[in-house]
Amino acid sequence: MSRVVKLRKGLNIKMQGSAEKVLARMPMAAKYAVKPSDFKGITPRLCVKQGDVVKAGTPVFEDKNNPAVKFASPVSGMVDEINRGDRRKLLEIVIKPDAEQEYEKYKITDELLKNREQIIQLMLDAGLWSMVIQRPYGIIANPNAKPKAIFVSGFDTAPLLLDIDFLLTGQEEFFQKGIDILAKLTDGKVHLGLSADDYASKLNKIKNAEINIFSGKHPAGNVGVQIHHIDPIGKGDVVWTLDAQHVVSLGRFFATGVYNSDRIVALCGSRVLRPQYLHVVSGASITAYADRIDHSGNVRYISGNVLTGVSIGKDGYTGFYANRISVIPEGDHSEFLGWAMPRLQKFSASKSYFSWLTPAKNYKLDTNLNGGERAFVVSGQYEKVLPMDIYPVYLLKAILAENIDKMEQLGIYELIEEDLALCEYVCTSKIEIQTILRQGIELMIKEMN
Amino acid sequence: MKFLRKFLDKIKPSFDEGGKYAKLHSTFEGFESFLFVPKTVTSQGSHVRDCIDLKRTMSVVVLALVPCLLFGMWNTGYWHYRSIGGAGDLLTNFWFGFCKIFPIIAVSYIVGLGIEFTVAQIRKHEINEGFLVSGMLIPLIMPVDVPLWMVALATAFAVIIGKEVFGGTGMNIWNPALLARAFVFFSYPTQISGDKVWIAGLTGGQGVVDSFSGATPLSIAAGGTGEAAANMSGETLRSQLPDVFDMFMGFVPGSIGETSKLAILAGAAILILTGIGSWRIMLASTLGCLLMGWICNLLAANPYMELPPYYHLLMGGFAFGAIFMATDPVSASQTNTGKWIYGILFGILVVIIRVFNPAYPEGVMLIILLMNTFAPLIDHYVVSANVKRRLKRIKPNV
Repeated sequence: MSRVVKLRKGLNIKMQGSAEKVLARMPMAAKYAVKPSDFKGITPRLCVKQGDVVKAGTPVFEDKNNPAVKFASPVSGMVDEINRGDRRKLLEIVIKPDAEQEYEKYKITDELLKNREQIIQLMLDAGLWSMVIQRPYGIIANPNAKPKAIFVSGFDTAPLLLDIDFLLTGQEEFFQKGIDILAKLTDGKVHLGLSADDYASKLNKIKNAEINIFSGKHPAGNVGVQIHHIDPIGKGDVVWTLDAQHVVSLGRFFATGVYNSDRIVALCGSRVLRPQYLHVVSGASITAYADRIDHSGNVRYISGNVLTGVSIGKDGYTGFYANRISVIPEGDHSEFLGWAMPRLQKFSASKSYFSWLTPAKNYKLDTNLNGGERAFVVSGQYEKVLPMDIYPVYLLKAILAENIDKMEQLGIYELIEEDLALCEYVCTSKIEIQTILRQGIELMIKEMN
Repeated sequence: MKFLRKFLDKIKPSFDEGGKYAKLHSTFEGFESFLFVPKTVTSQGSHVRDCIDLKRTMSVVVLALVPCLLFGMWNTGYWHYRSIGGAGDLLTNFWFGFCKIFPIIAVSYIVGLGIEFTVAQIRKHEINEGFLVSGMLIPLIMPVDVPLWMVALATAFAVIIGKEVFGGTGMNIWNPALLARAFVFFSYPTQISGDKVWIAGLTGGQGVVDSFSGATPLSIAAGGTGEAAANMSGETLRSQLPDVFDMFMGFVPGSIGETSKLAILAGAAILILTGIGSWRIMLASTLGCLLMGWICNLLAANPYMELPPYYHLLMGGFAFGAIFMATDPVSASQTNTGKWIYGILFGILVVIIRVFNPAYPEGVMLIILLMNTFAPLIDHYVVSANVKRRLKRIKPNV
């Protein structure tokens, strides 16, 4: 029987520009890219060079430390550019798509589906492994590990709300197939988190997974929060997580033998003219939607949501895990005595402004930092938006002090950046919490190996 | 405001490194960010940030202090004229108080901000807003007749020893404003205690009408202990104290900002509604104080102990301390559970010091400093309990 977990803490940031439930099928973009920076915990090593011809599903790079883990091209075409940054860091592998798409094909037999090792091997070969994220640390999973459980969040609560139920319309069979596959990868359970507000969700009928119902504001939809309440991670535990749309891709692959990296992203934010859901292929250049965006002034284009996404610029590429492209105005203007003003047009979690009086209103948020960086001063602020039994300030101080024991005790295994993103949003002292947490996680990885 | 912006942009380069006034960079930056929220945009992490910042937070606290300040100005004039046998009208009282108190505020801000600006420049930091509140609290907890040089010295002590040596706002162990008060209290005991300092003009030896006493409710109440009270009844003590309404409204002598409980409640309302002050500490302190007052009633060994518990909320600086000083987010407990423990202990200890320790009629200042000292310890145990609780919750790895 499913259980309801009520989360009282959290915050819904009220933003203008949520996607309307209309799905537009996009034509092929001019270029696609695979970005190694999307994948945490790996060292990329190229498998292709400029001018190579690839199919959709052909590996373009692999993990140097574990070459079995490969990363596939989303489309068939020609490797157009390989972009590197400082110290020759691999940034993007850009692929120019063919008009007719060709896919790598794999033979899936019933015999194969009975064997956990063979399933994993096939996922590795086909470049599907990058979907599997490991907790702790939020890195690409180690295929040799055995997770105690696998978690999938079936709803989204981040700003500019995404309707996952809508995203998965018509894909229920593949989703079920994906869950069935996942169930073979763990001796424990596959957990599917659903929202209490959406009892009508199609995902309620999913079998082979334990359904957990959550009610509450953001970050209730974050898989990390769900793990914390259902089956918390301790030292030595490994849990795997997947994005709901990746479960569909996984199911589709095992049903058809073809890795098709189609996904639906919401093009949203106050600078989008008609915020809608778009059917695209992962890694598509956002120039394909240029006519749907108001580019006047300075604009920030974000692959992902506004709390955790990556700024990709006007002609960047959709990230591998992104469910949204958020486009918002930059806040690079100074405001006369802003801190002293009533600021009726601005959203704030603080009741020293007035947005709490108009809970139904949506606001235009920009990227201004709204203040200067300070030391920790205000207490109790983060706890209000973190529905976990964790004291974030103490953890952050332990990270800054590089105290491994303390980091372990205070909950670093249970957190990745997205879980503390709201703490960063509300922070009066403008402390870069997600960056500090990632430093801590990297230190843990280094020290524990 | 465009011309102002243009002017700032024009003079800005001369404050940058290598510029003519590079030594005033932090000061310029401080003023600039005071006038204009800077155009800095997010570069990593969350792309959007809440519009709350430390300036907003601190200015809300200063706003919450304004009722106490205004009442304090009026009350200063009221007691001054009463002591010389006259009676001023509303404006005369207020104007007299304003002339007495404004210089104290000015000295506190000039000295404190001067040090803050200098230190920020040396450390190449932005200027912290913490002193905006401390600079207002210091005058409000001083007796009105405090000499200005004493205010200056105490402020300098508080900012340097109390705050900057630890690394500035956010790093301090004790509440800086109370440290300033403690400095005055212990360094100049003869000049700055007794019954005279609370009323403007008395220490200067101005003519006082017969039978006028500048005693605060607490010093009267302290008369309800020891040998002096051997034959006194609780009723007698209560009749000697000002009546409850006067103590609530603040028509009693005392430190500048502490007397009016009504003004303090107005400040508390602002702090609680905006969520900037911790209601947990405020409530816990009040409950702790009432609890200990009630225990005293049960023992009832002397008239002071027979006072109804709510008298402790009305007398002296308890209310001011509980609302504005014990709630300082930096020096108080930081965990929510810790805040309850911290507040309750604070309330209990204040009453113990008042009633059982004849050396100090008031315990608020020292108890807050003591609780500040213990706050990290309280938090340590709260966080340790959290660590244990979370370990227990984790299912054994099968």
